[in-house]
Order: sequence, then C-alpha cells, then structure tokens
Amino acid sequence: MTELSAHLPQFQHGQLTENFPDNHLSNTNDNSERRRHDNSERRRNDNPGSETNGQPQNNIQQVVEDEEEDEELTLKYGAKHVIMLFVPVTLCMVVVVATIKSVSFYTRKDGQLIYTPFTEETETIGQRALNSILNAAIMISVIIVMTILLVVLYKYRCYKVIHGWLIISSLLLLFFFSFIYLGEVFKTYNVAMDYITVALMIWNFGVVGMICIHWKGPLRLQQAYLIMISALMALVFIKYLPEWTAWLILAVISVYDLVAVLCPKGPLRMLVETAQERNETLFPALIYSSTMVWLVNMAEEDPEAQRKASKNSTYDKQANQPQNGDAEPDDGGFSQEWQQQRDNRIGPIESTPESRAAVQALPSNSQTSEDPEERGVKLGLGDFIFYSVLVGKASATASGDWNTTLACFVAILIGLCLTLLLLAIFKKALPALPISITFGLVFYFATDNLVQPFMDQLAFHQFYI
Amino acid sequence: MTLAVFFGCTFIAFGPALSLFLFTIARDPLRIIILIAGAFFWLVSLLLSSLIWFIAVKASDPRDEALQRGLLIFGVMFSVLLQEAFRFLYYKLLRKAIEGLVALSEDGCSPISIQQMAYVAGVGFGLMSGAFSMINLLADALGPGTVGIHGDSQLYFLTSAFMTMVLIFLHTFWGILFFHGCENQRWWEIAAVVLMHLAVSGSTFWNPLYVGSLVPSYLLMAAAAVWAYLLSGGSAQNLRRFLLCKCLVKGDGDLSGRPWG
Repeated sequence: MTELSAHLPQFQHGQLTENFPDNHLSNTNDNSERRRHDNSERRRNDNPGSETNGQPQNNIQQVVEDEEEDEELTLKYGAKHVIMLFVPVTLCMVVVVATIKSVSFYTRKDGQLIYTPFTEETETIGQRALNSILNAAIMISVIIVMTILLVVLYKYRCYKVIHGWLIISSLLLLFFFSFIYLGEVFKTYNVAMDYITVALMIWNFGVVGMICIHWKGPLRLQQAYLIMISALMALVFIKYLPEWTAWLILAVISVYDLVAVLCPKGPLRMLVETAQERNETLFPALIYSSTMVWLVNMAEEDPEAQRKASKNSTYDKQANQPQNGDAEPDDGGFSQEWQQQRDNRIGPIESTPESRAAVQALPSNSQTSEDPEERGVKLGLGDFIFYSVLVGKASATASGDWNTTLACFVAILIGLCLTLLLLAIFKKALPALPISITFGLVFYFATDNLVQPFMDQLAFHQFYI
Repeated sequence: MTLAVFFGCTFIAFGPALSLFLFTIARDPLRIIILIAGAFFWLVSLLLSSLIWFIAVKASDPRDEALQRGLLIFGVMFSVLLQEAFRFLYYKLLRKAIEGLVALSEDGCSPISIQQMAYVAGVGFGLMSGAFSMINLLADALGPGTVGIHGDSQLYFLTSAFMTMVLIFLHTFWGILFFHGCENQRWWEIAAVVLMHLAVSGSTFWNPLYVGSLVPSYLLMAAAAVWAYLLSGGSAQNLRRFLLCKCLVKGDGDLSGRPWG
C-alpha cells in the first residue's frame, strides 16, 4: 500500500529526496488487501533485509525543503523511473499473456470462487448483468472489509497477526499456486515428470522466494519473484472470474482505489498516516521496488557516519521487532542482542540522545554524494496484478485477439506514465490503478468492438492505412 | 504455413524497426516514453476512424458489396487524414513538453531535441501501425492452413510483411518531414506528407496486384528517405565520408540536435 511512507527523521541521509518511494503507487497495497486469498500476503512487515529491498528509501518521507529544486530533480529523473516501472509491468503482462495463450487451463471454465457465487450462465442478458453486479459487489465488500481489518490491526499494533497473515499468503502463492502452474505447463507440453523432481523444484523455488521476499536477497531475484507471484495471482483471477464480473470488478476497484487513497477518511490514507506518525515503514515487501539502497557505502571511517549507518540499520531492526518498539526510550529501541551484534561488528559505539539529536539536526541534503541512480520507484503488487488481469482477460476473450491485447498494453503503459507524472507534480501518495485501468477498459471495448471489424476488413482486402 | 514463414515474415516486417529501436531508442528512457506515447496517439486516431467507419457501415446495407467496398475506401482515406491530424497534435504536445524539459533542466537546454522527437514519434507511429497490420497475420501464420487455396494470391504473407516494413519506414520519415514542416512553417512539406500517405494507402487498393502497390510504395519510401536525410543535415559529402569510413566531424549529418537550417 502505500507507500511506505514512513516519516523517518532526516538522519537517514541520502534517501530523503528520493521521494519516489513515496510513490504512491503504493496503492498496490490496498489492492493486495483486496486480494481474496492472500490477503495477508501483501502485508509484509519491514523485513530485516530492508537494505536489499530498498526499504530505507521508503522510510524517508519526503521532507521537501526546497520545493523547486526537488521538483526539478524529481522530474528530471522521471523518465528513468518510468522505464524502471515499464519493464517489470511489461514482463508481468508478457508472462500472463504467454501463459494464457499456451496453457489452456487458465481459460477453461472450472467453476467460480466463493466470493463470486452468482453464475453468469443465465438465460437473459438482464439476469447476467444483475448477477455480475452482485458478484462485483460481494467482491468489493470483501476487499473493503479486509482493508479495514488491516487498518484496524495496524492501528492496534497487532503486527504479529499481520506478519503471520502475510507469511501464510506468500506460502500459498509460492508453493501451492506455482505447483499448479507447473503442473499445467507440463500437461500442455506433454512433459513427463515425476513427483520427486517436482517436489524438489517447488521446494527450492518456494523457499528461495520466501527468503528473497521476506528477508534478504539479490535485488533482481526479489524483483523476479515479485513479478512471478503477481503473474500467478493474476492468472488465478483470470481463471476464476467470469467475464462481466471481471470487467466490473476492475472498474469498481479503480474507483475504490481512488477513494481509499485520496479521501481523508480512506482506509489506505489512514494506514499511510498512521505509519508516518509512527515513523515506520509500511509493508515494504508487498511493494515492487526498483532499487535498493546500499547502506554499506555510507559506513565510512567517520564515526558520525557510522552512527548514521547504525541508525539506519537500527531503524529497520526496530521496525522489524515492533514488539520492542515500546521499550524504554533510552536504548532507542535497540534490543540487547542487536547491540551486541553491532558491538561485534563495528565496535562499541553507543548512541546517546545527544548524538541522536545531533544527527537529526543535520541538514537533509547530506554531503555524501546522492547518487540519483539509487533513487527508486515503488509500485504495489496489486497494481501489477490488476494490470495483468486486464491484459490477460483481453488476450483470453477478445475477438480482436492480439490487436486488443496490444492496445490494452499501450493504454496501461500510458496510464502508468501519466500517473508517474502526476506523482512527480503532487509528490504524495497516488493511486496507480484509476488512470491505467480506465484507459485499458476504454481501449479494450473500443478495440474489440470498433477497431477489430475495421482491421478485419482491411486485412481481407489487404488495404493498408 | 510453418515456423519459417512466421519467422521470415516477422523479421521482414519488424527487423529494421527493431534494430532502429535497439540502437537508437532503447538506451534513452525519454525516447522510449515518446515512442510509446506516439504509439498511443496513433491508436487513438485509429479508434476514432474505426468509429466513423463502423457507424457508416451500420447505417448502410450490408449486402451491397460495392457500397461496402466504397465505405471501406472512404474509411481508409479518412483514417489517413486522421492519422496525420494526430501527428500534428502530437507535435503540439511534444513542443509543450520541450518547453517543460527546458524549464526543468539545469543548463537551460532540453535533453532531447525536436528533431530527435520527430524521429522517435515517427518510429512510434510506424511500429504501432505495423503491429496492428501484421500481428494477427503472424499469429495465423503459426497455425495450420494453406495460403491462397481458394484462388487468392499465394504471396499474401510475404507481401504483407514487405508492405508493413515499408510503412514503418515511411512513418519514420514522415515524422521527420512533418515535424520539420511544422517547425519551420513550411506547409507544403506537411501537405506533401499527407499526399504521400494518401498515395501509399491508395496504392494498396491495387492489391493483390502487388506491383501496383509495393513498387510505388518503395519508390516513395526512397524519396522520403532522401528528403528526410537532407532535412536532418545530411548531404552527399557526409554520405561519401561515411561510406569511405572517414572521420566525421561530430554533429555532421546526424540527428544529434543540430538545429535545422
């Protein structure tokens, strides 16, 4: 969700102006919540591997001191960040479309989920419309309930519940759904396979995935896993949502996203604000991040820098052990074992309230070279999922086939581009779904019904426009 | 139809465009965005023209073959005009974007020039146009079937691929010519682009008499190529120096933003 916009004090240098983390493309978080099965999956707590996940960046709330300079900087780097999001979104869509086109399992009607109990195989169109509206209403209510539940849990600091919820969801996705996917791919290509090999493969895939996503791992691997689980989730949606329901849900979710992130009483906005008040990161592992911050670079000879570095990792640790968050204010929330660990690593440097205050008083633009390459963008996994659902459904059910798929793809990319532009201008959490999904839906229906007959006729006569 | 046909036609149609993309556009994020936005504009123009055609068809008698063909021809012409109109709109948008980029840059000059934008916009239009023409054909080429079994031309896929390639090139050159005309207020350049586009699309009405469509299109493409090259600062000397592998003075004859003169 939301962009982990935790408000961390400015001593986390180097990452301040990366307000991109505040890319509110966070709204994926909410989407994740909406996810029926794995509601929790999306909520991942701060993990210790925050460095690899670029979380510290998320932690920095943009404390904009010179608006104009920041605005120039952010917009100047805007194009690069747009591409950093284009690539994973494209990859996810490519995986989904390739699967839909080759593995027939995901286009076969094998029933519906309990969240969409009304069937669409009805006699009249009116009945079908009514059923799909009811289905969409039920689904959206489930999502709203889950979101509010999440906000409540977060507000009352039930971090363990959230954490457990997330772990279970990612377990489900990484093991069970990928097992089914692998099985279907083997069936499609008629590959003979034994259970032992499959067990070994799925075990390895799943465990490495859990480690990469919830803990530490190479950035590219983590990104790849996030793309894969988004694709798997999108495929599940494509399979189990009947047609009209799917389109309605997409439309309603964009509206919900808009409301939840922008309205003052929206659950997601409340979530973000609560996280900001507590100076915590917000479920970083549920977010696709394009870069990670190398805290190692910051550990120099300078003890002050070392203190800063230790504070960085401390902060993450602190977030990771929220139960210690309410410990005595003296030790700054550092647990005993962490302190021993730190002492072993870099020598006994105690941070006192004075040193902390001194660091906090430092100017936000630190003297260490702020590498613009290090600034990353973040997009929530829910956005990936719903973009892929749209494009996947377009490729599965459109009469225009590849033309429609291509049109939806371009529409979604342009929507993402516009969203990022708005982000660069407004610099606050923004929902990433509405613009893209609107464009996608408009182009899907227009291309399928208007452009396809035209192109068909042109191809028939071999006319070129 | 086999994999050979599929791959052959894919590379004929999209090979040059793909290499243009890889070598000149893929490195720069801003150009990729301009490319995708160009594709988007072309798509919108196609949408609107299909809407008009659809309305016309629905309002007419579906059994009248000649009328349907006439409506299709009208649809093609209208689509061409609309595409050029959207190219103009895109030019306007890019002009504004350049002003924004200049305002935001540190040294007061835009990271990309209007000429580069013209080229990228042309490639964007071309790629989208080619994709829409060719992708469904390619998907069909993978499946079973025999080309021309009912008496139609057996060269359908091949000629489609060649036509797509020439259209992609033409869109690229038209982009450069069009933007140059808009920049320097030379309306006859713009008119020439529109007329060329109408001519190329019109020549496809001769299909399946491919000599009537492919040959004029390629000739027009060669003419547009030479014209665009000259407008971008190229000259016979540059070409000779390039071919003889002599050192070029930086900024000569390339699209690196040298102002059009």
